[in-house]
Amino acid sequence: MSMAGTELKITPEIAAEHGLTAEEFDRARKILGRDLSITELGIFSVMWSEHCSYKSSRVHLRRLPTKAKQVVQGPGENAGVVDIGEGLCAAFKIESHNHPSYVEPFQGAATGVGGILRDIFTMGARPVAVLDALRFGPIEGAQGAAAAAPEITAKNRRILDGVVRGIGHYGNCFGVPTVGGDVAFAPCYSGNPLVNALALGIARREELFFARASGVGNPVLYVGSKTGRDGIHGASLLASAEFSEESQQKRPNVQVGDPFLEKLLLEACLEAMRTGAIVAIQDMGAAGLTSSSCEMAARGGVGIELNLDRVPQREVGMTPYEIMLSESQERMLLVAARGREREVIEVFAKWGLDAVEVGRVTSDGMLRVNAHGEIAAEIPAKMLADQAPVYERPISAPATPRGSDRLLEFQPKGANLTETFLKLLAWPAIASKRWVYEQYDTSVRTNTLAGPGAADAAILRIEYLKSVAGRHRAMAITVDGNGRWCWLDPQEGAKAAVAEAARNVACTGARPLAATNCLNFGNPEKPEVMWEFSECVDGIAEACSALGIPITGGNVSFYNDTLGQSIYPTPILGVLGLIQNSERAIGMAFREEGDAIVLLDGGTQAPAGHDSARREFSSSEYAFALQGIVAGAPPRVDLAAEQRLIEALVQMAEDGAIRSAHDIGEGGLATTLAESCLSGRSSNGLSTHVKLSSIEPAEAALFGERGARAIVTCANSQLVRVQELARKCGVAAAEIGRVTRGQEFRIELNGSVPIATTLEKLRESWGESFERALSA
Amino acid sequence: MKFGVVVFPGSNCDHDAYHVIRDVIGRPVEFIWHESADLAGADAILLPGGFAFGDYLRTGAIAKFSPVMRSVEKFARDGGLVLGVCNGFQVLLEAGLLPGAMLRNAGLRFVCRDVHVRVETTDTPFTCAARKGQVIRMPVAHGDGNYFCDENTLRELERNDQIVFRYTTADGREEAAANPNGSLANIAGICNRERNVAGLMPHPERASEDVLGSADGAVILRSIVKWLGGSKEVSHAHAEPAGARA
Repeated sequence: MSMAGTELKITPEIAAEHGLTAEEFDRARKILGRDLSITELGIFSVMWSEHCSYKSSRVHLRRLPTKAKQVVQGPGENAGVVDIGEGLCAAFKIESHNHPSYVEPFQGAATGVGGILRDIFTMGARPVAVLDALRFGPIEGAQGAAAAAPEITAKNRRILDGVVRGIGHYGNCFGVPTVGGDVAFAPCYSGNPLVNALALGIARREELFFARASGVGNPVLYVGSKTGRDGIHGASLLASAEFSEESQQKRPNVQVGDPFLEKLLLEACLEAMRTGAIVAIQDMGAAGLTSSSCEMAARGGVGIELNLDRVPQREVGMTPYEIMLSESQERMLLVAARGREREVIEVFAKWGLDAVEVGRVTSDGMLRVNAHGEIAAEIPAKMLADQAPVYERPISAPATPRGSDRLLEFQPKGANLTETFLKLLAWPAIASKRWVYEQYDTSVRTNTLAGPGAADAAILRIEYLKSVAGRHRAMAITVDGNGRWCWLDPQEGAKAAVAEAARNVACTGARPLAATNCLNFGNPEKPEVMWEFSECVDGIAEACSALGIPITGGNVSFYNDTLGQSIYPTPILGVLGLIQNSERAIGMAFREEGDAIVLLDGGTQAPAGHDSARREFSSSEYAFALQGIVAGAPPRVDLAAEQRLIEALVQMAEDGAIRSAHDIGEGGLATTLAESCLSGRSSNGLSTHVKLSSIEPAEAALFGERGARAIVTCANSQLVRVQELARKCGVAAAEIGRVTRGQEFRIELNGSVPIATTLEKLRESWGESFERALSA
Repeated sequence: MKFGVVVFPGSNCDHDAYHVIRDVIGRPVEFIWHESADLAGADAILLPGGFAFGDYLRTGAIAKFSPVMRSVEKFARDGGLVLGVCNGFQVLLEAGLLPGAMLRNAGLRFVCRDVHVRVETTDTPFTCAARKGQVIRMPVAHGDGNYFCDENTLRELERNDQIVFRYTTADGREEAAANPNGSLANIAGICNRERNVAGLMPHPERASEDVLGSADGAVILRSIVKWLGGSKEVSHAHAEPAGARA
């Protein structure tokens, strides 16, 4: 056998430079039974990178619930797929693009969106929505210990601006609406922002495609963009290592996206799939040609032989190593039925895209890479894909328990909290994100029934049904996660992420169906990070099981560390739900003057006593925003209470009993009420006057974030019905006030009036502060 | 009567326009591929929104060279109705079928939000079913919608009643704050001197169903139907082959 590149003897030292440990290198040599070529080293190093192999997370991910009758495809394919009835399926998945977005915010975020869109249409589904969960360092220096130096906040604003532009650039041009997401801030994200993109698509069940190669002799076609030297080692060196001062030097590892090309690729792929001539297809994402060929072969139990001389190349003189490791964007690898490859090639030609036969399916199970008449690599595909090392990394809980810093002091009884409340509303994490989402096309495809800021989750008409009279089902989808809570208590924080996402979906009237997760963590070689990870997985597993929401896929992003500092453990949950009658979909804005405002409470135990209340409230957004305090412990999550609330919300919506619903989340009940006044279509002039009674301290009662609660509004005539349904579901329902018309916004508590202000002031704080911070 | 929706590589509002014409307006509609010289016997041609050819070089600058545009130009010269929405408007400007040009939005950012436009003239095939002064709510979604022309052209547009839509407040006042992109004289849409070719930046196809928050935009497509005398025809909407859904 003639091996290209054998003149260079690959030593453990060279392997280490590629990110392979001595043991991993040894394992690779044992699999081959000989020395590695340089191309093989490259292939092993990317396939066995943390990013591609999940070698540190795999043992833990097994604990996640992934099975349920609605799950058509669980983890392991390009995207998860669930049955949404009437022969239709939803494909959805969330993925991170954190490190690229720090190194080059615009392109990093843009290609993050591009990558997840490809994962969806690879499955044969047309993408119908994108959501993004974003985490940045502080963008303003004003308040408390959360204050940051001006040069840091300026840099964070630049990153945020680039990320938002990048997401918009890609999604807008591609023609998919960006319908939701969340943005939060903490100092730990200054050197390592998080950009998690979720895409959702729809397909008829019989139109689904999978990435399983089959049919010995079938041609392997390369389609889409030409291969360049961009993104080489994106997966291994950029995504699977910590950041240092030299991270900017990794800019060549970031890919450059072309959403126009991806749009052509989408249309061409869906059209080519309809010919029936495609056997399997996978996008070239992380690790490009290497992962797509090897994973398709491994899943199908066959081999694939590639001839790199035929790969369309954008630069001259590329080595087999570079071609196999390039992460050039907008490319796909597919297996066609022998004899029908012309049909596929013609479709791609119509869309002006390259479709070139670069190899064939073989029976020997080998990934064989030929170049210039020599064999550059020859590796058993299954061993490469499935026999990656699996680590049970050491785990240890932090030596000193977290959250033991100074706790927040409550203000004296009877204090006026109006100014405090206005400051809280102006805090970027709470304030309106209009500045962000107006840069995204939110309405293309004419399915957006509720876009960003209109409901607790985005609501989308199921477009396959939109021309069929009488059928109006819809999907609701959201992304949520609270890194601060997960840092204070990883298990409770992770449960809270699942609960909040499910609750948000239920607030629209949708029954939660399935979830996808993006697990953002620090360096897994640190035992404390692995402890966080393991705890979070346990929390997610428990919550998803209790709420009946299977995990259908997702992504793990480790090594989110800069200069040794890890980010907060930040699991982001994306939950998809189904609404049976879109006319009964519920938004968050108040609708009619005179409607009753009802506080629903699933029944989570409130902390007993002043000190417990302080401990819980010190973990709130309020404590961080106004006093820079991150301490105590997040509210305990009562999953049974969450389940009761979800059931009540869904039944009330389906019954047509309620006109709005909004959960109590960051910023507490007072914030929820303000948002319901302000989020309506261009100021419908509705406000509120509520009277609360509570045994909790005033700030905890108004701004506390204990779960399993929501406010709903209903017509007076429906009040009895709402109370009846609440009782049936075991949920407390207290009428706390009325929707009023006019400027006055007023909250009474135990007979005093801690908050009295005007809609105009609320709007000024909540509506414009994000923009002000960004144009500072 | 029948509509044709042109599909350029990179068009992304083509399916939306198709859906509204077929399912809301209830008229026959066909996609027309950009390489086709044949307009499929359509009575009105719609150039949809999107990013034709990625909007590389300039918005619409490459699309104008597509073979279909030779046929569209001839169709327009012969008096056929041509409506450009968003990117379609930009293509019509580049092709010289409408006067003026598009600049980057004044805010230098892509902007997607609901806007209000006032119908300035009902003397066009695209507004004949509307009321003069009627305010219509529709979304905009663009990065280059800042309409510009020289003073002479603006005078011509005004003298010939070619300004079809202006950005206004919800109650119809022409204010700078109501202008999402810095367009000259708050111009949201214009027509040619012969009045058979028009373009606008807002998306009527995204505002033609109540369930989407506004059905105001449907008046534009209904005007075309009325103009062509199609309102007397029986709707064949649902008789279209399902395979046409791309």
